[in-house]
Amino acid sequence: MNAKRTDFVATVVIDLIVASVVGILFFLLAYILTAGLPHVSWSFLTGATDAFSGAGGIGVQLFNSFYLLVLTMLISVPISLGAGIYLAEYAKDNWRTSLIRSAIEVLSSLPSVVVGLFGFLLFVVKFKIGFSVISGSIALTFFNLPLLTRNIEESLSAVSRSQREAGLSLGLSKWKTELGIILPVALPGIVTGIVLSAGRVFGEAAALIYTAGQSAPVTNFADWNPMDPASPLNPFRPAETLAVHIWKVNTEGLASNAAALSAAASAVLIIAVLLFNLGARLLGNYLYRRVTASK
Amino acid sequence: MLKQYSFEETAVQTFDDKTSLAMRTEDMQVFYGSNHAMFDANLAFPKNQITALIGASGSGKSTYLRSLNRMNDGIATVTGKIWYHGVNINEPGVNIYEIRRHIGMVFQRPNPFAKSIRENIVYALRANGIKKKAELEERIEQSLKGAALWDEVKDNLDKSALSLSGGQQQRLCIARSIAMAPDVLLLDEPCSALDPISTVKVEETLLELQKKYSIIIVTHNMQQASRISSQCAFFHLGHIMEYAPTGTMFSNPQIPVTQDYIAGSFG
Ligand SMILES: Nc1ncnc2c1ncn2[C@@H]1O[C@H](COP(=O)(O)OP(=O)(O)OP(=O)(O)O)[C@@H](O)[C@H]1O
Ligand SMILES: [Mg+2]
Repeated sequence: MNAKRTDFVATVVIDLIVASVVGILFFLLAYILTAGLPHVSWSFLTGATDAFSGAGGIGVQLFNSFYLLVLTMLISVPISLGAGIYLAEYAKDNWRTSLIRSAIEVLSSLPSVVVGLFGFLLFVVKFKIGFSVISGSIALTFFNLPLLTRNIEESLSAVSRSQREAGLSLGLSKWKTELGIILPVALPGIVTGIVLSAGRVFGEAAALIYTAGQSAPVTNFADWNPMDPASPLNPFRPAETLAVHIWKVNTEGLASNAAALSAAASAVLIIAVLLFNLGARLLGNYLYRRVTASK
Repeated sequence: MLKQYSFEETAVQTFDDKTSLAMRTEDMQVFYGSNHAMFDANLAFPKNQITALIGASGSGKSTYLRSLNRMNDGIATVTGKIWYHGVNINEPGVNIYEIRRHIGMVFQRPNPFAKSIRENIVYALRANGIKKKAELEERIEQSLKGAALWDEVKDNLDKSALSLSGGQQQRLCIARSIAMAPDVLLLDEPCSALDPISTVKVEETLLELQKKYSIIIVTHNMQQASRISSQCAFFHLGHIMEYAPTGTMFSNPQIPVTQDYIAGSFG
């Protein structure tokens, strides 16, 4: 009887904790969305910002956020894929590997403001790249690499040893086994991790304030030549992102409706991040079925 | 308390020069770090026969078997000689990938790739440079027939291998191995995860396969050993104690340890 009672009490307590976590999340979401959504309109989503007051739409910032995200992923996915495969398959259990692992831990616990300042000092000031998309995405890469690497390593290690033995016993090289047999099985987990980290990168502000900059110069969306200074694809132009924009409107916005503007932008940001989470789930499940079950 | 048997008293048969051998080990030792797991293993395997390796759990059967196609590389240190077609393949310079194509292996747990049945068979073939569609199709059919799986899957080759039953998966793993056209097939308790009916199917498959391949099989099941094997080796604590034709081994074991093991009064 006593065991049954403790069991009951424990279940109730755990249920309450879970309920409060879910409750807080829903409260937050509902609050942000109800405060912001009424101010979101098509012209807000696509319009240009007034450079002086910060009023107006968030079209350029939205584009910048996505562009930075894509660039960051282009840099960080291949690197962390290599690092993840190395750690999961090739790294021996010795001091060098522990050193690498500790380095990754430390990198992942660096505050993003510090990463941003470092990026500012090194790329913006020392290398004279200036506030730019490229400086921002390199800073974001620092911030993204440890998590992605760990995710990839874990996804690969989760694949059963027997799959590796099967590959090796057929005379496949280790690399071929890894690429052709292990990676496809681990892919759903890896893709989920990538999309989730995309959500984090998308919402990051602190690392970008000093690297990608706080201005969104009006760009010419008819000019897609990345070499042109006015092109939205030019990686050397300053690019205020949505998250940075929210921070800026709130701290130094001069517009009369600054509160409404930041609420609306926050709602858009939250929706985008939620979509990333949902996408991660759907894509992961889809790939899992694709890889394992019948086509 | 385990009864103590002398490791000096062994009865290991050898073959004369007229018997053609698939492979042979000479004074093979295996170490897992400082753990000496296999002592002076001297066994020769006649061509086109099934040889069974029996012995209690932990006696070193898998250790021995996995050394034969160098699957212990990077896991254990293997010394001594492993003769295959007149070459000692336990040398650093030997191409282990090539060796494993000639000496195939099937594991205790069915481990098909998470791919279609077709891909399970052709993946390694393609990786080895066989690209012609006709040849690949031919190999798929031949290997699945060889593993007695063709009739069950021929209409569903694009289905995921993971949707097959355990017994079918194991036969697919056998098919995948023989598709490489090996000449020795190593099997480590291939039936231990299977039901009796699938077991019979796999056994029939092996009996058929010995016409083309030399087979070395680890088994815990003495009935299975007596049903399918021609030669039988008994392992005890990392030592090979007795090696004889299966009939002789079961009806008239030579040394006390084998007698006790076969009588079931072991330890
Ligand atoms: N990967 C390994 N690392 C370290 N020791 C190992 C490893 N594999 C096996 N051993 C040791 O080698 C000895 C023989 O093990 P092995 O797996 O060859 O036995 P087995 O006869 O195949 O047993 P079973 O019938 O249970 O499969 C055991 O003492 C075991 O602890
Ligand atoms: Mg074993």
